Amino acid sequence: MAEPIISTSNLELYYGKFKALHGINLSFEKNQISALIGPSGCGKSTFLRCLNRMNDLIDGVTITGTVLLNSKNIYSPKTNLVELRKKVGMVFQQPNPFPFSVYDNVTYGLKISGMRDKSQLDQVVEKSLRQAAVWDEVKDNLYDNALSFSGGQQQRICIARVLATSPSVILMDEPTSALDPISSAKIEDTLMDLKKEYTIIIVTHNLQQASRISDKTAFFMQGKVVEYEQTTKMFTNPENKQTEDYVSGRFG
Amino acid sequence: MIGKAKYSKDRGFSMDNQKLAKQLMKKSKTARYERMGKLGSLAMLLLIMVIVIGIIVFVTSKGLTMFFSDHISFKDFLTGTLWNPGTKTPSGHPAVGALPMIVGSFLVTILAALISTPFAIGTAVYMTEISPKRGAKILQPVTELLVGIPSVVYGFIGLSLVVPFVRNTLGGSGFGILSGTFVLFVMILPTIVSMTVDSLKSVPTFYHQASLALGATQWQTIWKVVLRAATPGILTAIVFGMARAFGEALAVQMVIGNASLMPHNLISPASTLTSVLTAGMGNTVMGSLQNDALWSLALVLLLMSLFFSLLVHFIGRRGSFKK
Ligand SMILES: Nc1ncnc2c1ncn2[C@@H]1O[C@H](COP(=O)(O)OP(=O)(O)OP(=O)(O)O)[C@@H](O)[C@H]1O
Ligand SMILES: [Mg+2]
Repeated sequence: MAEPIISTSNLELYYGKFKALHGINLSFEKNQISALIGPSGCGKSTFLRCLNRMNDLIDGVTITGTVLLNSKNIYSPKTNLVELRKKVGMVFQQPNPFPFSVYDNVTYGLKISGMRDKSQLDQVVEKSLRQAAVWDEVKDNLYDNALSFSGGQQQRICIARVLATSPSVILMDEPTSALDPISSAKIEDTLMDLKKEYTIIIVTHNLQQASRISDKTAFFMQGKVVEYEQTTKMFTNPENKQTEDYVSGRFG
Repeated sequence: MIGKAKYSKDRGFSMDNQKLAKQLMKKSKTARYERMGKLGSLAMLLLIMVIVIGIIVFVTSKGLTMFFSDHISFKDFLTGTLWNPGTKTPSGHPAVGALPMIVGSFLVTILAALISTPFAIGTAVYMTEISPKRGAKILQPVTELLVGIPSVVYGFIGLSLVVPFVRNTLGGSGFGILSGTFVLFVMILPTIVSMTVDSLKSVPTFYHQASLALGATQWQTIWKVVLRAATPGILTAIVFGMARAFGEALAVQMVIGNASLMPHNLISPASTLTSVLTAGMGNTVMGSLQNDALWSLALVLLLMSLFFSLLVHFIGRRGSFKK
């Protein structure tokens, strides 16, 4: 296996006294899409938020273990959170563009890190929106409020907003669960294109989606990884009985 | 006859059916209550509308009397600088110049809003973003208390502390625009703070998360996202504060000096529309020019408050965003 871009070892997380993650060891390869699946409440979102340290924002969280990004532990005290979150971008379940123009949304990450050059910003806006496959739908209305677009368009604007900071990893927490099938399909197409340049880790409840787009799949249950496999193998011939039950829908 | 006989066969069934139909047709108790409630609240609404319209019509007609019955020109009223209704200016115009009061009102209002705004935003940001727990525990009750203090108390404090302070540090009598501004600043601060807090709180947390996840610091998030998203709400808060300042009478009257002169500087005695009104109200006879002139001042106040509410409405419409 090639050098992983992110790997976790013995990652444990407590919300107060409640242990939500029981020693997760996972490695994600570059330019792949990895899917995280599992029943509700099993810790997928929690795990994902460990990878860009968004859990730091929650009171009473304790995290042990290591998360290596390009072989550097992101939980070491020396980590620059700002830099980390630029390298590891995140797309949320609900489309959450700021109530500003599309242009201001996409340039937000660059402006806060001090980029002012208008022509450079313009270039990034076009490139990111093209990559996120919404350029054609928004190019004539770049200065309209992002909230005036449809949910699916908003979600792709949010993806463009993340792409603009040129991250190496993109975390996505059920990015299509609030969208209709056509918008979801568009986003899936977008992701397939994006993986040429980015590494994507996506949480999804839609098993078909996982099998359509991902290279590897991790099956979570009760804060543990039950199985982590090539997606094709996972969905056709899983090692574990629980995995088989889950992927074949024979599971609560 | 035949039909009746036929029906009687399954009589029980058809009886039930009829009863059900009747029940459905009959107005139920709850439906009646609902109707009564609707009518009741409609009546209240109409009553309030009648009162409001009545006030507007009354003040407008009284306020225009001076111009139409006493034949005083709008120009003398709005641009004259000498206020002594019933007499003439040296140049022979009627001395009903309201400009000093209009300028005074606008000066204290705008200055008070200018000083309050940064304080209010700072306080509100602290209370909602930086230390919500302490904010809720200490500052919330304090601001609520400050809103509730009667204005005469503010005026009294101004008279005993602010006026002497201004007199001792800047000279003059201490009465003037500056003291008025200072008292109003303290009075409108809690209004602006609490409304700004509400508008900051209404910024959904997922905007914070999105911003932080893009690598923004907490400060950048507050500055570039929260305050920006809350701008319409903050503007509304400021306009409300200004409306309060513009309409405040008693406290201002106690510290401004009540000289209907154009203010030369911030520490010379001056007056506002409201202070002249409260000071003059008891001393004029209904129907006299002096009284009509006061009504014209009241009309200006009414128009200003209509303007402020239109402004709030406008900001609200422009700035509403989906959650
Ligand atoms: N902020 C929090 N404070 C306390 N407990 C939490 C918090 N967030 C999640 N949990 C708990 O941690 C466990 C894992 O939650 P998590 O949200 O990671 O699950 P999930 O796999 O993403 O579920 P879903 O598929 O429903 O999104 C759950 O039992 C949940 O109740
Ligand atoms: Mg989740």
